[in-house]
Amino acid sequence: MNKVFKNADEAIHDVTDGMTLLLGGFGLCGLPENCITALVKKGVKDLTCISNNAGVDDFGIGLMLKQRQVKKMIASYVGENAEFERQLLSGELEVELIPQGTLATRCMAAGYGMPAIFTPAGIGTEVAIGKEIRNFNGKDYLMEMAFDADFAIVKAWKGDTMGNLIYRATARNFNPVMAMAGKITIVEVEELVEPGELDPDHVHTPGIYVHRIFQGVNYEKRIEQRTTRQHDQKS
Amino acid sequence: MLDKTGIAKRIAKEIKDGYYVNLGIGIPTLVANYIPADMDVVLQSENGLLGMGPFPFEGEEDADLINAGKQTITMLPGSAIFDSAMSFGMIRARKVNLTILGAMEVSENGDIANWKIPGKMVKGMGGAMDLVASAENIIVAMQHVNKAGESKLLPQCTLPLTGVNCVKKIVTELAVLDVLPGGGFKLLERAPGISVKEIKNATAGKLIIEGEIPEMEI
Repeated sequence: MNKVFKNADEAIHDVTDGMTLLLGGFGLCGLPENCITALVKKGVKDLTCISNNAGVDDFGIGLMLKQRQVKKMIASYVGENAEFERQLLSGELEVELIPQGTLATRCMAAGYGMPAIFTPAGIGTEVAIGKEIRNFNGKDYLMEMAFDADFAIVKAWKGDTMGNLIYRATARNFNPVMAMAGKITIVEVEELVEPGELDPDHVHTPGIYVHRIFQGVNYEKRIEQRTTRQHDQKS
Repeated sequence: MLDKTGIAKRIAKEIKDGYYVNLGIGIPTLVANYIPADMDVVLQSENGLLGMGPFPFEGEEDADLINAGKQTITMLPGSAIFDSAMSFGMIRARKVNLTILGAMEVSENGDIANWKIPGKMVKGMGGAMDLVASAENIIVAMQHVNKAGESKLLPQCTLPLTGVNCVKKIVTELAVLDVLPGGGFKLLERAPGISVKEIKNATAGKLIIEGEIPEMEI
């Protein structure tokens, strides 16, 4: 079993035009920065990207949008990206906005081997159009399908060469559920360690879900909204 | 008339000891500043945190630690981190006691619109659709009228909906109102210096006024 790749370029070598990618992260937090850079460099296009957000103009998925590599974006919130809004309003980019919990749970369903979920999110709204509705105990639920993605590309804090992963703080977000959901899961980590160095009780994603792992480099970890307080302030 | 801080202060009075609370972006975020210190309240941030604390001191920001508004934050003792699926699991399973969020429009039957203005603005619903579809107790914090001077409390929403029949209470710069199960905005309190007539004029939906309406205490 060799899951370890040298770098992002090698880990994503077989991502090709027209594929569907799950990309971890929330805003700019917990993004697979190295893989996004490699995808931009590789220039693959007509991608369907599933990610909670679309980055900002010059960071994250925004970099792929700028190169017109994305045909369709599936996300829950895209408010911070002017280029995204321009491509959306001009019709260049196909966009499907879905509730954040639905996005997470459709990943989870894929990772748990379940074809679909039922959720109340979106009942009575345009999200429900064309979808099956079932009533359980007097309440309506939408049927939403598990994602079927070619690759899941995620970022973890630490991982071992067997693919076991640990995330840090809120950089966890979508990464564990997306890691479970890809036909092939590629993980970049800040620190790659040997088997035995991670406490099995602390592993968030078991290595069985992970196909490729590499030690990332040069993390920028950009902060989207830097908010602070003064020492005499309560909040 | 209340400013944003006033609205946040009034909403803070709805929070009870032991509550798990989800605060939306904007005015709802300010509510955290006015939770009484002797109360045990746990703030949920839907990107995967229970126990959200105040903003960090300058120089102590951590890029891996943000709230759902993407702001740098801190964690309080007793915090817990989880993934996005579990985060919405606890929301859907009604473990979160109170949800406070902003809105562009609320209808007299409790529908809410806050994610899209067709042709103009598409930001997305984020977690709002999940929250309003599942939360038992939803308070909306918003201005009573929009920038064009039109009421945001309507007989029916005109913008694409976020959820239906879900808003329980509204706090604006003018008033506190309950949304009645049978429909209608029941006026509970007036903001300091605001008359019932002014609230009437700013409310397009069915406004229910019974007896004397007290001025709110903040």
